[in-house]
Amino acid sequence: MMSISDDSKLPLAVDECCQPATTTVCCGGGGALAVHPQNRTWVCGNQSTSAGSVPKIATQLTWQDRIEHWKVRWNSGRMRYAIAPGLYAVGNPTSESPVFVSANFKMSFDRLREALDGLDGWILVLDTKGINVWCAAGKGTFGTEEIVKRIAATRLPEIISHRKLILPQLGAPGVAAHEVKRLSGFTVRYGPIRAGDIQAFLKDTLKATPEMRQVHFPLRDRLVLVPVEIVQWGTWGLLIVAVLGLLSGFGAGIYSVERALFHSVRAATPILGGILAGAILIPWLLPWLPGRAFASKGGWAGAIWLVLLGLIVLLNPHLMPGWADSTAWLLLIPAIASFVGMNFTGASTYTSLSGVRKEMRVAVPIQVGAMITGLGFWIAGRFA
Amino acid sequence: MMATGLRYLPDVVTLQLDPAKCNGCKLCVEVCPHAVFAVESKVARIVDRDACMECGACARNCEPGALTVDSGVGCASAIIYGALTKSEPICGCDNTNSDCCG
Repeated sequence: MMSISDDSKLPLAVDECCQPATTTVCCGGGGALAVHPQNRTWVCGNQSTSAGSVPKIATQLTWQDRIEHWKVRWNSGRMRYAIAPGLYAVGNPTSESPVFVSANFKMSFDRLREALDGLDGWILVLDTKGINVWCAAGKGTFGTEEIVKRIAATRLPEIISHRKLILPQLGAPGVAAHEVKRLSGFTVRYGPIRAGDIQAFLKDTLKATPEMRQVHFPLRDRLVLVPVEIVQWGTWGLLIVAVLGLLSGFGAGIYSVERALFHSVRAATPILGGILAGAILIPWLLPWLPGRAFASKGGWAGAIWLVLLGLIVLLNPHLMPGWADSTAWLLLIPAIASFVGMNFTGASTYTSLSGVRKEMRVAVPIQVGAMITGLGFWIAGRFA
Repeated sequence: MMATGLRYLPDVVTLQLDPAKCNGCKLCVEVCPHAVFAVESKVARIVDRDACMECGACARNCEPGALTVDSGVGCASAIIYGALTKSEPICGCDNTNSDCCG
C-alpha cells in the first residue's frame, strides 16, 4: 500500500509492508483485484518529501519480476497484477525532478522504472484497474479525471515546484492535455511510445522524434502474443472437443467411453488444428498472409494448416479420413482460423473500429455458415 | 510507414479535419501513433488517412475542436461482446492478452 494515496487513508509515514488492499475491476468479470503482492521486492526504500514519505523503487528488474511477466504472457494471474496507485520515487528526486505518469498494471510500471535507471524522478501511478496504458486510455480510466484526482490525492503540488507531467504518448486517447491544464494547472507533455526512448527524449529537451511517436507491430511484439492466444482459444477448443466427444459416447443402447475418446480425437484435428493455426500462424505471418482483413489472414492461416495436414496424409495414407470428415476439415479449419484471426484485431496495433465492423459484416456470416456446415459433416462422419 | 503489408482496410475511417478551426498547435502530430497528420504553414493536414486507427487521441487533445473521429477499439471481440450485451464495444482486456487493444 502506498504511503501517499487517498485510497489508503493511512498516516503518511506508514510502513511499506502493510496489508494488501483490494479494489474492484470494472471490466469483465468484476472480481476482486488484489493490489500487487504483499512482498514488494521492487520497493527499495523511502523518499521523504514535504508531504510525507514516498516509496522508493528499484530500477533493475529481479527474477521475480521476470517470472511474473512470463506468467502474464501465459494469461496467468493477470488480474492479480496491479500495483497501488500513488506516487513513487526513482533515484534521489528533488522538487525539480520530472514526473512520469504510468498505469497500475505492473508490466507497464516495470517497463517505465527499468527505463528510468540512473535518473532521478517521480512516478505518478494512476488507478487504471490493473490495465495497461493504451487499453486504459481507450476506456478512459487512464484519463483526465483520474490524473487530476491523483495529483490532489498524492499532494503532488506540495512535493514538486514545477507544474509539468510527462505522459506516455499512448495515454493520449484518454487524456485532454488542455483539460488537465485547466483543472489542475499542470502542463501535459506527451513522451515517447516506448519507455526505452525516455532517456533520449529527456536529453533532447522533451522532444520525441517522429520514429519515437509511431507504433509498429514487429515480429517480436507479435510473437509474445502467441502464448496468450493459445491459452485463450485453446481453452475454448478443448471444451468444445470434450463436449463433442462426450456426446459421441451415446449410441445404440449403451454409452461407450471408447467411442467418446475416439470421437474426441476425431474432433480435435479440425477444431484444435484450426485454433492452433490461428493462434500461431497469424501473429507470426501477419504481414505475409493475403488480404488486409484479419478474417482473410486467418482463413489463409487455416489453409496453410490444411496443406500441412494434406501432406501428412499423403505420406501416411492409412490416416486418410473418410469423405465426410475430410469435408468437415476443409470447412472447419479455415472457418475457425478465420474467426481467431478476426479477433486478433484487438491485439494488433493498427486496426480501426470502422474497419473491424466492415470486415465483420462480411466475414461473420461466412464463418458461421462454414462452421455449421462443417459440424454437420463431422456429425455425418460419426455414422459414415 | 508500418512494416511491409501491415496496412488495414482503405477508405473506412471516420476521421474529419476542419482546417478553418485548426490553431496549428501540432498536438495531433504529437499524439498520433500512425503519423496521420502533418502541420504546414500552421495548419494541420491529413497526410495518411488510411493509417488512422480511430484511437481518438488527436480529437481528444484538439482544443479548438478541429478534429472529430468516431473513436473506439478496433477489436472484434469487443464488438461481439458489445452486440451480445447490447452495449458499446468496450475492450474487456480481462481475458485477453496484455497488449489487448494495442
